[in-house]
Amino acid sequence: MKVLLRNPSREIEVAGPRRVHALLAKFELNRESHLVICNGTLVPGDAELLDDDVVEIRPVISGGA
Amino acid sequence: MVAVGSKCRTCRGSAIIDLPRHNANFCAEHFMELCRRQVVKAIDHFKMLTRDDRILVAVSGGKDSLAVWDLLLDLGYRADGLYVGLGIGEYSETSAVYARAFAEQRDLHLIEVKLRDDYGYDIPTAARATRRVPCSACGMSKRHIFDKAALDGGYTVLVTGHNLDDEAAVLFGNTLRWDVEYLARQLPVLEARAGFPRKVKPLVRLTERETAAWCIVRGIDYLVDECPMALGNKHLAYKSALNAIEETSPGSKAGFYFNFIDNMAPLLAGRALADGLELGACSNCGAPTTGNVCAFCHLAETASAHAPVPVELVMKKGRGKR
Repeated sequence: MKVLLRNPSREIEVAGPRRVHALLAKFELNRESHLVICNGTLVPGDAELLDDDVVEIRPVISGGA
Repeated sequence: MVAVGSKCRTCRGSAIIDLPRHNANFCAEHFMELCRRQVVKAIDHFKMLTRDDRILVAVSGGKDSLAVWDLLLDLGYRADGLYVGLGIGEYSETSAVYARAFAEQRDLHLIEVKLRDDYGYDIPTAARATRRVPCSACGMSKRHIFDKAALDGGYTVLVTGHNLDDEAAVLFGNTLRWDVEYLARQLPVLEARAGFPRKVKPLVRLTERETAAWCIVRGIDYLVDECPMALGNKHLAYKSALNAIEETSPGSKAGFYFNFIDNMAPLLAGRALADGLELGACSNCGAPTTGNVCAFCHLAETASAHAPVPVELVMKKGRGKR
């Protein structure tokens, strides 16, 4: 699957199938700090991602206060 | 993608989001219902708004400010927006595009103030000229402009998009220092005082993961990228620490913040820095100040006299220190 990461923006190929929470764990990303969007739709932690999916891992933390 | 497992707690349809702090998953429709419920609860519990209020929302083009504007409209409030152009290179140009697009698509009134055009400086230049941390120069500038715009425009309340993560992180920082004067003013509602508008934070019951999800579900385009000048700041470090705790102990952030509000804030009433201060009027702009000239006018005078500084120059310097 194609995985879009941010800060900095980059695309990485990851083999599927893989659960969302396993994908976050692979990149050592905290689930509280990220949302995962698969083919344009939000998906929960136990959704299974397949080889032909386009996945965005979107950080949700902003620095202003 | 194959959907597995998660069902919406309310309707048993396919879930789009898991919220461990609620020990539940939700479909899009019932996630939105949850968000509305949380915002209504915050507004009612803290007596934030009435239907008669003239509301001004401080809008950055990011997820939180657009989410709070959208939620207020969705709940039937009328609200105008205020965007401050900070002059942080491409980041500010892009954020303005998102703020304007949101307003134009909904036929809303968006007030725009540009630091460079209206005050003769921008944030990178202010940071360099005054030797302040960029976030400090930015916060001071925004607070002054928010206050002025709200009062000049006759608005009865200024709304900001501070969420639960923002409030918990500030509380965490203030607690690490036991900064009683700042802890005492960390409330979801700051009442109006002479020269200051009433300020409220309707998103205090939503995490920023939830406000981002609200925007995605609602189809709101927002600036995802982080401010380049905020990278590595303490606030982000506090959020990261709290999220590490939250991951193993869901609900910790909400417990930390709301138990402070319920149990500690009442004990600190009257201890805020501003409570004991006699404020006069700035001889330049009329804003409240303890001196002859307010801190904002000092900053604006120094920064506007300085040659413009590109954002990249300040970022390099800032990163080297971290």
